[in-house]
Parts: sequence; C-alpha cells; structure tokens
Amino acid sequence: MKPALALALGLACAFPHAEVIHEEPSLYGKILVTREDGFLCMQFAVRSERRRQSCIDERAPKKMALQYTRMMMASLLLTPEPESVLITGLGGGTLPKALAELLPEARIDVVEIAPAVVSVADRFFDFRAAGNTTVFVRDARVFTRRALRDGKRYELILLDTFDGDYIPEHLMTLEYLRETRRLLTPNGVLAANTFATSRLYDHESETYYRAFGPFLNFTIRESANRIVLASIMPLPDNATLRRAARSWRQRLAPYGVPITSYPRRFDRTQDWNRDRRPLTDQYSPANVLQRMD
Amino acid sequence: MRTVAVNVLAFGGGFVIMSLELLGGRVLAPYFGGSIYVWGSIITVFMLALSAGYLLGGYLSLRRPNLRKLGLILIAAGVLVCPLVLIAEPAMSWIFDQVEDPRYGSLLASLVLFMPPTIILGMISPYAVRLLVKATEESGRVAGTLYFVSTFGSALGTLGTSFYFVLWFELNTIVAMLAGALALLACLAFAAGRTE
Repeated sequence: MKPALALALGLACAFPHAEVIHEEPSLYGKILVTREDGFLCMQFAVRSERRRQSCIDERAPKKMALQYTRMMMASLLLTPEPESVLITGLGGGTLPKALAELLPEARIDVVEIAPAVVSVADRFFDFRAAGNTTVFVRDARVFTRRALRDGKRYELILLDTFDGDYIPEHLMTLEYLRETRRLLTPNGVLAANTFATSRLYDHESETYYRAFGPFLNFTIRESANRIVLASIMPLPDNATLRRAARSWRQRLAPYGVPITSYPRRFDRTQDWNRDRRPLTDQYSPANVLQRMD
Repeated sequence: MRTVAVNVLAFGGGFVIMSLELLGGRVLAPYFGGSIYVWGSIITVFMLALSAGYLLGGYLSLRRPNLRKLGLILIAAGVLVCPLVLIAEPAMSWIFDQVEDPRYGSLLASLVLFMPPTIILGMISPYAVRLLVKATEESGRVAGTLYFVSTFGSALGTLGTSFYFVLWFELNTIVAMLAGALALLACLAFAAGRTE
C-alpha cells in the first residue's frame, strides 16, 4: 500500500478531460459537477487537481459507480439490519440513498459541513433528505459531541469525511474515534473510508487500533482506498461473514456490489508499524505525515 | 546592546503571536470543528486583542518607559498563555454546553482563551518603538524597523509552528514552550535594562 498506490490514486483522481457542467462556490473550496463517458461526478477543486467525491453512472444510476462506495457496503456484513445509521460526509448522497432503499425502516442521519454540497447533491445527484433520512449541516466533530450529549446512538456509523486533501485532522484523532465509538450501540459497527499512504498509514492504523482494538482491513487491488471495519462486539469469523455476504447478495446486486467477493479480502493482520504514535487532539499532523515517506 | 535586545523582544513577540494564532484552530477544533467560522472567530479575536494591545502599549509608554517594564509585560503574557494548557478543556466543555451555536461558541472560547495573552503581546511593539526613538525625525525609521522585525518574527512563528512544531511536539508542549520563550525574553529585557 504505499508509493504505487499513492501514484495510482493520483492518477485516478485526476480528471483533466471531463466536461465541467456546473461550478458551485462553497465555503470549503469550489465544487465541480463534471460529466465524462456517461458518469456524472462531484469533485472538489483543489489546486490544479480535482478529486472525485462522488459519481453516478447516468445509464445505470442505481449502480454505485465508485469502488469505495461499494466497499463501504461491506459494513452490512457485520451488522445485517441496522436500525440507525450515521454517515459523515454526504458527497452526491450515494451511500444514504442506497441505505435508505435497503433499510427502509432505519433512521439515517447524514452530517455534511458544506451547505453547497447538500444543494449540489439535491440538484444534480437526485439526493433528497426525506422519510427517515435527515441531513445535518455541521462539522462532524461538533455533531458527534452534541449527539453524545443528547443520548443519540447508532448501530452503524460510516465515516466518509474528506476535504479536498484528506480527512480533516480533527476527524482522525483518537479522541474523535473514541467519541464515535461511544456513539455506537453495544452491537454497533463502524466503517471508515481511508486512503492514507506513506507514514500516515501507520499512524492512522494505530489510532483505529487504540480506539477499537482489532479491526478488519478491507482493500481491493484496483482501489487505493482502505476501508476500516470495526465493531464493539468481537469481530465475526470468516464463515459468519461469508454467510452474511450470501444473504445480502441478491439485495445488493442492483447496486453493483460484489458482496460475496469481499470477505476473502478482509485482512486481520496488523500490517502497520505499531511503534507509531496514534494521532490525538494534541498531536495530529496528519496532512504533513501524508506527504512523508 | 539595548537596540539589539529591543529588536529581539519585538521579534519574539511577533513569533509567539502567530504561533498562538495558528494553534488556536487546533485548540478549538475538538469542540467547535474545523469550519470556516472557527477561523473567523480566532482571527477576529486576535485582531481585536492586538488593536487593544497597541492602544494600551502606546499609553503605557508615556509613563517613564524602560526595559524592565517591557520585561514585566512579557512575563504577564507568558503567564496568560498558561491557561491554554491548564483550563482550555474544561472551559471549552462548559462553553460547548452553554452555547448551542458553534459560531458563537468558538467566538466565546477564543475570547476567553486568546484575548488576554494577545492583548498583552500587542503591547510589545508600540512600547518597543518608544524605547528606541530618541528624536522625532527618526521615529518613522525606528517604527518601520520594529514592524519589520516583529512581522518577520510572525512569519517565522507561522512557518515553524505549521511545518515543524506540530510534527515534533504535542499542542500543550508547544504552548508551554511559547510561555517559556516569553519568560526567557523577559530575562533578556531585565538583563539589558539593568544599566538603565
């Protein structure tokens, strides 16, 4: 997972030839809506580079176009029918839309810091907060603290918060992950979308380990993303995960999620340098570490 | 010696101001997030505090200015930086519970934590100008040189903190180092002011 993936990620993120069909000014960097080869994407303009936050395939809008969104659905293998879901980071709304369809009884809360992302998701990506889905426009850390204070709890939490660069530093710290852990029900599950490379990978992994104990490291060769799957309860064994995957197969097929192929890619080994210090509110130079070998 | 000492103090003051301001975002983020209004609160409070400090420093310089008094200003600034380590957590927790809107929460927290030391730090520059000005015709040059030195210190404080200190040290360690640096600068002021 290191330089080669970083390069792959850089290439995957660059979309120099896509047609920009809309530019939305935002407090947190310009949001672009682009179209290329039938894919409609939301991107954050950062420096000369653009990064895909969310895409839909206009020919098959139900299908999850990006690998990492499909991978995030692996969390359902650890908590088959969650009744309450928290998603931090809206993007084009792919995850909340799919989960609202798959779990019609579940309460789904989405936290998004940028109002402009919410309006672009509504206007171009057909995402609307309706029914059991609620969007809260605020910083995820602030939301988490308030939710804890108000006694809210979730069975499934999906962390998918990115600025144009990486995960904001105050959303990567041990304290934040512990707050998030406290927000989970006793059978709760967390899935976090990450793509740290270089030295940050070790620090980030150690931080998750200190917060949650052993977790599943879910990577796919063709993707630069790594999904951290953690649970309050002991992690299920492989046979249980395979059974859960078979039971989800039909329901996830319309979304293009090859769920039965996922369990064998879950890695339980601690493949990072455990001597690295965890990121904390006192020490979180994540964006500097991301650029260090 | 005197001129060099005053310039070093102005440099140090500028360095600490910007280092503190940069750390402000880190201090507030766990409670108030990383939204743009958090930075808006921090910058507003620093600008207000500095403007008040300039005014106070200017007035204070009218009454028999000397280096020892500047040393006392630096000690006061060093002492007022310490609550950032000692009470930031309970203070922010209390404000978070009392103020629902994170915009005003971050503004209030910035006022409580950063206003006092920054007012005192703002007093250094005008006071230093008064210590070095001997004649009216050179006042512009002296002020210009001190602004240069102090702003250069601010630039290095920003760079050092964002590029290196946050990578090497914990937040509280950096704040303690800044308080220590202010104490050292105060010692320099006392040493240079001994002959006055």
